Amino acid sequence: MNSRLNPCSSAYRGKSNLICLGIESTAHTFGAAAASSDGRVLADVNDIYKPPTGSGIHPREASRHHGEVAPGVIRRCLREAKIKLGEIDLIAFSAGPGLGPALRTGATVARALAVWLNIPLVPVHHAIGHVEIGAFSSGARDPLVILVSGGHTAIIAYAARRWRIFGETEDITLGNLLDMFARSNGLPSPGGPAVEELAKSGRSFVHLPYVVKGNDVSYSGLLTAAEEKAKKGLPLPDVCFSLQEVAFAMLVEASERALAHTEKDEVLLVGGVAANERLKEMIGVIAAEHSAKFHVVERRYSGDCGAQIAWTGLLSFRGGVRVDVNKSFVKPKWRLDTVDIPWRK
Amino acid sequence: MEKVAFGEMNLIRKGAEASLFQARYHDLRVIVKMRLRKSYRIPELDSEIRARRTIREAQLMREARMAGVSIPALFSVDPVNAWIVMQYVEGARLKEYLESTSPQDGCRLCEALGCLIGRLHRRGVIHGDLTTSNMILSSGKIFFIDFGLGEFSQKIEERGVDLHLLRRALSSTHYKRAKQLFEAVLRGYTAEVGAETANEVKARVKSIERRGRYVSER
Repeated sequence: MNSRLNPCSSAYRGKSNLICLGIESTAHTFGAAAASSDGRVLADVNDIYKPPTGSGIHPREASRHHGEVAPGVIRRCLREAKIKLGEIDLIAFSAGPGLGPALRTGATVARALAVWLNIPLVPVHHAIGHVEIGAFSSGARDPLVILVSGGHTAIIAYAARRWRIFGETEDITLGNLLDMFARSNGLPSPGGPAVEELAKSGRSFVHLPYVVKGNDVSYSGLLTAAEEKAKKGLPLPDVCFSLQEVAFAMLVEASERALAHTEKDEVLLVGGVAANERLKEMIGVIAAEHSAKFHVVERRYSGDCGAQIAWTGLLSFRGGVRVDVNKSFVKPKWRLDTVDIPWRK
Repeated sequence: MEKVAFGEMNLIRKGAEASLFQARYHDLRVIVKMRLRKSYRIPELDSEIRARRTIREAQLMREARMAGVSIPALFSVDPVNAWIVMQYVEGARLKEYLESTSPQDGCRLCEALGCLIGRLHRRGVIHGDLTTSNMILSSGKIFFIDFGLGEFSQKIEERGVDLHLLRRALSSTHYKRAKQLFEAVLRGYTAEVGAETANEVKARVKSIERRGRYVSER
């Protein structure tokens, strides 16, 4: 696939092609994926906990779900990758940020495997995982990254071993905004696709607050205002349409400013909300206007998945990242700009 | 609205929300700042944002000048077509200058910068986009540009956000010396607004940072 991105040119234990099993469990998804250092995802199996309509993710319920599906997901992953447990060279796990109980379930599985197989354990920052699988699947090299998910809404670029944040949400994320609006209007979880579908039949624009502060956005006031409009009985498709238009325009404006400021010649859109067609269209416009190449994470890797952890695990391991099992604590709170990135140039 | 001929207009910078053209206006060398239509936004939202920001930018620049802060002189404003004609300021952007100058000089400049931000805040002017791309160093003076995201406010929250944005701009662009530079900004700011107000604003900057995603110390 992307052989020029080959992360492991140096051999490890006499092997030049390493296989990493990645375990994802930050929020609603439990995932297991196998990736190899010659630049392939061998299998990516994910099982998503679905809260009942009208409620959000309950951390305890999510972790119970993860515990129940873990063995089956991992078995299926190995079967689809056509590998045996003994062929795995390292285990990567999402160490944070996320829901404590959900993270701990995945970490427990990962530790057990690492100890049992006596192979290295590699902690991965979930958001960095979104970025790296986006770069992997699209071929982006040094992009301005727009990361939009339930846990993050940030505009970042790499410099000197860190992803630097140029803009972000000052309160809730874009994913939160869509989820919470959907939830309070009886739409199913996850909210993004439900809102997107309804927005397609929206016609008239409803005035909603547009809040951009420098390169930052703020969505909490927008959520309240949109909920009020819906409660007042305005047609839900119109509110969904306007909510998307305003929320996305805010983010695109901040992104365009960051693009002008950083003068990057690539833009990469990653995270669950990257699946939204309207958002892609809008970001595509600014990328073109600034002569930047526009990349989007492959659809199947946009949401939380094992592949983002497995691939980033390989990259991290090449950079020398690993953790002792007895020190492999999860970090529910972990700022993405504090993560050392030894593998990028 | 007056009819103006700008002569030949040369695009010199394509910013995020506006394009800057160099032109001649009544024999003056000027910048025409045009808020162009953004095709990614629906027209209803687009015209509202462009008109509102054009008017507010002009008002804020005027207030900034009254506060004794250098800005390009304003020559003409057209909210319908969303353009502003202003003086062409010769100089270097602080973004490039800070990277090339000595640490001492950088700190000195940032202290002066903090003092100027204090003046703006005392006058109720919130710049709204304090990055080092929006400051021009011209014959030793710092000129502020791009008030398009600004607002009028005396609130601690808005002042806090203003400084928070600058702190983040310093740490993403001038990461090698961000801490010292921001401390210098705060020194200048404190000297201008007084310790009492400065402490309130500084405390708010901290609390705004903690609102960020996944900050570990709450």
